[in-house]
This record gives sequence, C-alpha cells and structure tokens, in this order.
Amino acid sequence: MTGDKLLQIEGLTKAYPGVVANDGVGFSVAPGEVHALLGENGAGKSTLVKMIYGLVKPDAGTMRLMGKPYTPAEPRAARASGVAMVFQHFSLFEALNVAENVALGMENPPPMGDLAKRIREISNAYGLPLDPERLVGDLSAGERQRVEIIRCLLQDPKLLIMDEPTSVLTPQEVGILFHTLRKLSSEGTAILYISHKLEEIRSLCDGATILRGGKVVATCTPRDKTARELAEMMVGGEFKATDRAQRTLGHTIFEVKDLDLAPMSQFGPALKKVTLSLRAGEVLGVGGVAGNGQEELLATLSGERVSAPGTVLLHGQDISGLGPNDRRRLGLQGAPEERLGHAAVPAMSLTDNALLTGTVRRPLTNRGFLDMKAARLFAEEIIKNFDVRTPGPHVAARALSGGNLQKFVIGREVLQYPEVLIVNQPTWGVDAAAAASIRQALLDLASKGAAVIVISQDLDELMEIADRFCALNEGRLSAPRDTEGLTLDEIGLMLGGAHGMQEAAL
Amino acid sequence: MITLVKRPTPSRGWSYTTPLLAVLATMIVGGLMFAALGKDPAQAIRMIFWDPLFGPNAAYFRGQLLVKAGPLILIASGLAVGFRAGIWNIGAEGQYIIGAICGASVALAAYPAESHLLFPAMIVAGALGGWLWGMIPAVLKVVFNTSEILVSLMLVYVAQNLLAYAAFGPLKNPQGFGFPGSRNLQQYPSAHNPELFAGTGAHWGVLAALIAVIGAYILMHRHIAGFRIRVAGEAPRAARFAGVVPARLVMFCLGLSGALAGLAGLFEVSGPSGQITDGFNAGYGFTAIIVAFLGRLHPLGILLAGLLMALTYIGGDMAQMMLGLPGAAIQVFQGMLLFFLLGFDVLTNYRIRIGRARA
Repeated sequence: MTGDKLLQIEGLTKAYPGVVANDGVGFSVAPGEVHALLGENGAGKSTLVKMIYGLVKPDAGTMRLMGKPYTPAEPRAARASGVAMVFQHFSLFEALNVAENVALGMENPPPMGDLAKRIREISNAYGLPLDPERLVGDLSAGERQRVEIIRCLLQDPKLLIMDEPTSVLTPQEVGILFHTLRKLSSEGTAILYISHKLEEIRSLCDGATILRGGKVVATCTPRDKTARELAEMMVGGEFKATDRAQRTLGHTIFEVKDLDLAPMSQFGPALKKVTLSLRAGEVLGVGGVAGNGQEELLATLSGERVSAPGTVLLHGQDISGLGPNDRRRLGLQGAPEERLGHAAVPAMSLTDNALLTGTVRRPLTNRGFLDMKAARLFAEEIIKNFDVRTPGPHVAARALSGGNLQKFVIGREVLQYPEVLIVNQPTWGVDAAAAASIRQALLDLASKGAAVIVISQDLDELMEIADRFCALNEGRLSAPRDTEGLTLDEIGLMLGGAHGMQEAAL
Repeated sequence: MITLVKRPTPSRGWSYTTPLLAVLATMIVGGLMFAALGKDPAQAIRMIFWDPLFGPNAAYFRGQLLVKAGPLILIASGLAVGFRAGIWNIGAEGQYIIGAICGASVALAAYPAESHLLFPAMIVAGALGGWLWGMIPAVLKVVFNTSEILVSLMLVYVAQNLLAYAAFGPLKNPQGFGFPGSRNLQQYPSAHNPELFAGTGAHWGVLAALIAVIGAYILMHRHIAGFRIRVAGEAPRAARFAGVVPARLVMFCLGLSGALAGLAGLFEVSGPSGQITDGFNAGYGFTAIIVAFLGRLHPLGILLAGLLMALTYIGGDMAQMMLGLPGAAIQVFQGMLLFFLLGFDVLTNYRIRIGRARA
C-alpha cells in the first residue's frame, strides 16, 4: 500500500500557544492525483502545507515521500526532494524581468541565455506562454502567477502545492490554468490544491481531505458531492444561505462621472473615465482581478484621494474635493480591503478603532474631546451585533483573527447607518460562516435604503448579493449589467477575458 | 534556547516597568564602568542620584534641578507629539538657539526702555523663532519630500553659526569691553526671567514646562486631534482613512515642537543664562530626545524623565568635580539610559520563552 503513494502523512500534529493547529492529521496523495485540501479559515490547511514544504516543523507524526521518511528542515530541502509550492502572495520583484525573477528563486541558476530558453520551452510545453524578457511590473496577475508556476516546474517537482491559485484569475485564465494542471497530473505530478471555491474543486480534483478545527473530518471524491454538501462538511453544520429579501429601489443618490486618477504607485493602474450611478437600496458589484484599480477606486470614492470637480456626486452635490470625514458627515462610508494598517490600527484597541471612523456620525466626541465611554459602548455594540469573537473592546485589533476583525470593520461602518457604503473585498480570507454574515449585513443595509458598492474578486459573492455587476479592468469600469441571467463566460469577457494572455495550445 | 514570542496585545505592565528596569541596569553597568575607571562605583552612583537631592549641599542643587529639568521637559513635550506621529524632529537644539536669539533681539532692541509688555513680546518672538526654524524642514518635507531628520539636524549647525555671528556681531554688548556676548538680560528688569520662588529654581520656563505637560496630555489623550496624531504614527494609511492630511500633520508637529524649543531657549537666555554667547546652547535640544523616549512619549512620563535626566546632569557634574570622573563617562552613562530603555522595550511587545526552540 505504501509503495503506490507519493505522499503519505500520519498523525501530524502541530500546536501553537493556545491552539492546536493540526491534530493527528493523516492523508495520502497518489502520483498524478489532484488532491484538494478543504476547510474554513483557521481549519489548519496553511499549517499543514507549511509542514509539508518545510516551513514549520511538526510536533509529532510522520511524513513519507515515495515510501521514504520525509522530514524537510527547510523549504530548500523540500524542493530538493521534489516538493514545490506556489504561494497565494507572489514573491516577485516588479523592477526585474521574468528570467531574473526565476533565477533569484533557484539554487544554481544557469546562464541567463540558457535560462530564458528553458523558460520558453517549459512555458510553451505546458500551455503557459511567457516572454522571459518582460518586466514583471508590466505583467497581469495571471501572468505573474505563471512566473511562479514556471519557477516551480523548472525544478521538475513530484508534488506541486498550490495555495488559492485562482483567486487572482479571470474565469478564462482559470480555464488555462486547469489545462496546465491536468497535463501535469497526466504526466504523474501530484498536485495538492487549496481553495475555497467548491465548484472548481469539483471540476478539477480527484480526491479531497476536509479539515475542521485542525482535524481531518472527512475524505471524499469531490465529483460525487454537491458544492453545498462540501460546504456543510467544512462548517460542520447546515449552511445558511444569505437571504436576499425583496428590495425596492429608490431614486439615484450616488453618481460618479468620468472619474480619472493618476496611478498611486509606479506600477499601479490609473483610473480612466470611471462612470457609475447608484440608486437607494441597490447593491452594485464591481468585479475584477486585484491590481486593476480596486484600491484606487475605493480611495477616490471614500475621499482619501480627491478628484477633479464634478466627478463624484452624492445627492447631486459635488463631493469630489471633500476629505473622508466630510464625506462621512454626508453619509458616505468606506471599508478598505487591507484590514490591518488601513481599515484598522493593529496596535490599538477595538475601542480606539471604533473612534477611527466613528466620530463623525456617532456622538463619540464632545467639541473635539474624546468620550471614551461612548466609544467603548460603540465598540461593544459592534462586537455584540456582528458576533465578533474577542474577550472585549480593550483587545488590540491585531490580536483578532482576520475574519473577526473584518466583521468588526464592516460592523463599524454599517452601524453608522451610511446612505452609501463602499467595501473592497469584504470577505477576503474570511471563513464561510463569517462571510455569510457579512454579506447578510450588507444586504440588510441595502434593504433599509442604503446604496452599497461591493468591490470583490469573488464572482460567486457578487452573483449572490449584487443587483447589477460591472467589471474593473486596467482602471476602466465596464457598463453595468443586471446580475440575473449573466453567465460566467460573459463575466469573464467583461473582466478582460484572458487579459491578453494566449490561450493554451493543448 | 531563548525565543521571543510576539504579544497579541502590548503589555501595559511592562511599558511602565521598563523605564525603571533601564534605570536599574544603567546603575549596574554604569557602576561597573566607574569601577573600571578606578572609582568607587557605590560612591559615584550615590553622588549622581542621591547627593543632589539629599546630600550635604542639597539646598543649592535642588534649585538647579528645576533649572535643568524645565527646558528638557518643555522641549521633550513638543518632540513627543511629533514622535508619536512618526515625525522626527532631531533639530530642537537649533530651534532652541533661534528662539533665544529672536527673544533676546526683541529685548536688546528695546533696551533700556522698561515696559510690562516687553517680556510677553519676547515670549512671542522666542516661540515664533523656534516655529520658523521648525517650519523649514516641514515645508521642505511637504514640498520636496526631504527627510525631516536630516534637514532639522543640519539646521542645528546653521543655527550655531548664526548664534556665533549674533554673539560677535549685531547683539554684542557695546559696553562689554570688546568681549563677545550680549548685554546680560538679568540686569534688565523688564526682560529678566526671574526665579519665581526664591531657592526653587522655578522661573517662567518651568511654569511653561508644566503647562506644556498638561496641554500635551489633554491634546494626546483627551482630544480627537491627538488621537489622529497617534494613529498617524501607528498606521499612516489608517490615518489617511480617518481623514488626516499628512502635509498638515507635518507642519503642525514640526511647528509645535519648534515653538516649544524656541520658548525654552528664550526662557534660558532671559533667565539662568542671561546673555547670548557663542557657547549658549548646552545640548538641551538633544538630551530632550532621550527624555521624550525615557518618558515613553507620554507627557507625565516626560515630566519624571526630565527630572531624572536633570538629576544625572547635576550629579554627573558633581561626580566630575569631586571624584575626577571624565566628562565623557557621564555622557556614556546618560547614553546607557536610552540604550537600556530601547533594549528592555522588547518586553512590551514580546514575551521571552526559555526552553524548546520551536517556531
């Protein structure tokens, strides 16, 4: 039995202070198998793959690779044994070209000319065309991911670990990636695939191990289950879908007209002629791959960046030149994507973080003087209403898990009852149950008559809650379409198709 | 094996304990250094920390304590506001000098007229001078994105040259028999900043320092403006999100710390020092940086730290005279205080775990 397994794991345990991240985890992967690791955030998937990749040492348990004991002391040892990993966050230098970036990740890089040739060969062989001479800063997210994948493939891995690889891709790009992964698997390379996207897992993976609370709770063949069944196995209970109650749309309250913005950083996108309008009670979904202007859009709408006169209007009033607090006073609130350091101050308490945006619409100050008691009560109100799991409002923001902090951030804005709320990636890295409650909160706010803009890379999320959908691609916003009846293919084309990447020739 | 584990929430207890630990460690290591220099460490430490307060000549030294602590606290209160926001004014020494020159110039221009309005006018001029000198790095930072650290520091040397020029040139006492230095303001009643209570050393500058401490406390811990300043230091993007305009913040912080340093210079030149000389500045502007950090950038901490630092100044002078300790040894001793404080600071944000080395 051991002989025909590529990777076999038994009783793997890893404890951190106060939490057992992995508790006696065991599973196996056969050569050529595409195996999914499923679980909510905090279920222990990351710890598990970090142990396999040699980043974390297990407290107990054994791993065998190709029948032999496998105890990688560091990622270099893992790579030498034939294990490669593509991380969710790329580690690439924008100012260097593709070949230089690949060379930086290799132990003994060959001469640049040879390497460029090898990159061309491999990338063509696997249907991921890539020009080794191009600057990484000019590549799309999908192309950057190719660089990471090709860097791994150059080592001829036996096991390829991929952490949420499709979160940055358009549907067409996902198609290309899946072609490549299937080809790799047909050649005998096993793939360990981590994703939240259940439909993807059903179409791609041969087997799945489901983790909950650090333990393996089930193994299954994903094709034989529905996405709903998979979700219920992950959360260990019935999955509550969001309630999209009937909403009546009011008149237009928020308009953006021909909004331009220069890039905020060297390789950042510019906003070009962004135009949209929003009615009371409406949820507008803005889809798009990260780095296409989402951050810039949020910054100009929330007031962190000002724009030319007449470009941003609330109730017909020009607010283009107003700062964030003036816009809050008029009823426009925002919640940026980056929780730690942007939407919240990591080292400050939740009470202080409630003050961060809450002083304008809530009576938390008296002629500029802080009313700490009122602030604490406001923080407690957010914690209670949004089920933020924390010992209390005195806890520092950075001590909260990502999902809990996100609930706090969204709660802070929602409980100020804005007329227009703009959120960027409201459920990024948030577990399924918390994500559902955040989506529900946004819908509830809309049903009370607020206009909500949800910027997200998660198309399923946008289809679930948005009334209209538009795509942000290289700083341009497409014309909105009703989400009802919109197909995945149409969405993909709105998102810029394969972003100019060539289709796999397989 | 010792490992550092990051605390999820910074420890309150440790943030109060570390300054005391730092003082203790400075005494021990400083004592070792004094012993290596062939002096009795116990005697040296006692002379620095004890004798100025309770020794045989304490009556004289106690007055000196407030004279030294006043400008340190006044300057450090302003610096700490900027440091909290991540705006590093290292040039308080220069702003102190310019404040003194401006204040003294007003007095010398009016000499020998007597008026109750003169001293207030000098205060305004001193604060304005320091403010202007602080605005130079501020404007350069806002317009050209220069480093306020380097610009403010370099402006100290410009200020020192201006000071020498003033002392030898336009502000020189015409009745000074050719000696460099201005008229002594202590002998010009309208311009004199006298001791308010005999024997305490408390002059108007000490009162100003107290007001600055209270004002800084209210600003930083009771008012939304101070809250936003703290946010800007912790997380600049979050501050923008909270409506902070970075350019305005830079102007405010450098302007405020410059004005307070300028005031300290004015009170010094019109009081304890009395005249503009080319060696007028005594390093208060630099030592105030240590005071600000030793006091945890907290106004009340700065009050205590300023007193402690003044004590080491006075006690250090005494040890230098009585024990023949080299002056550099005293400076090393003061430097140790900051060194140990920053070192022990790790404990506020990290826990030490001894034993298994598991990441």
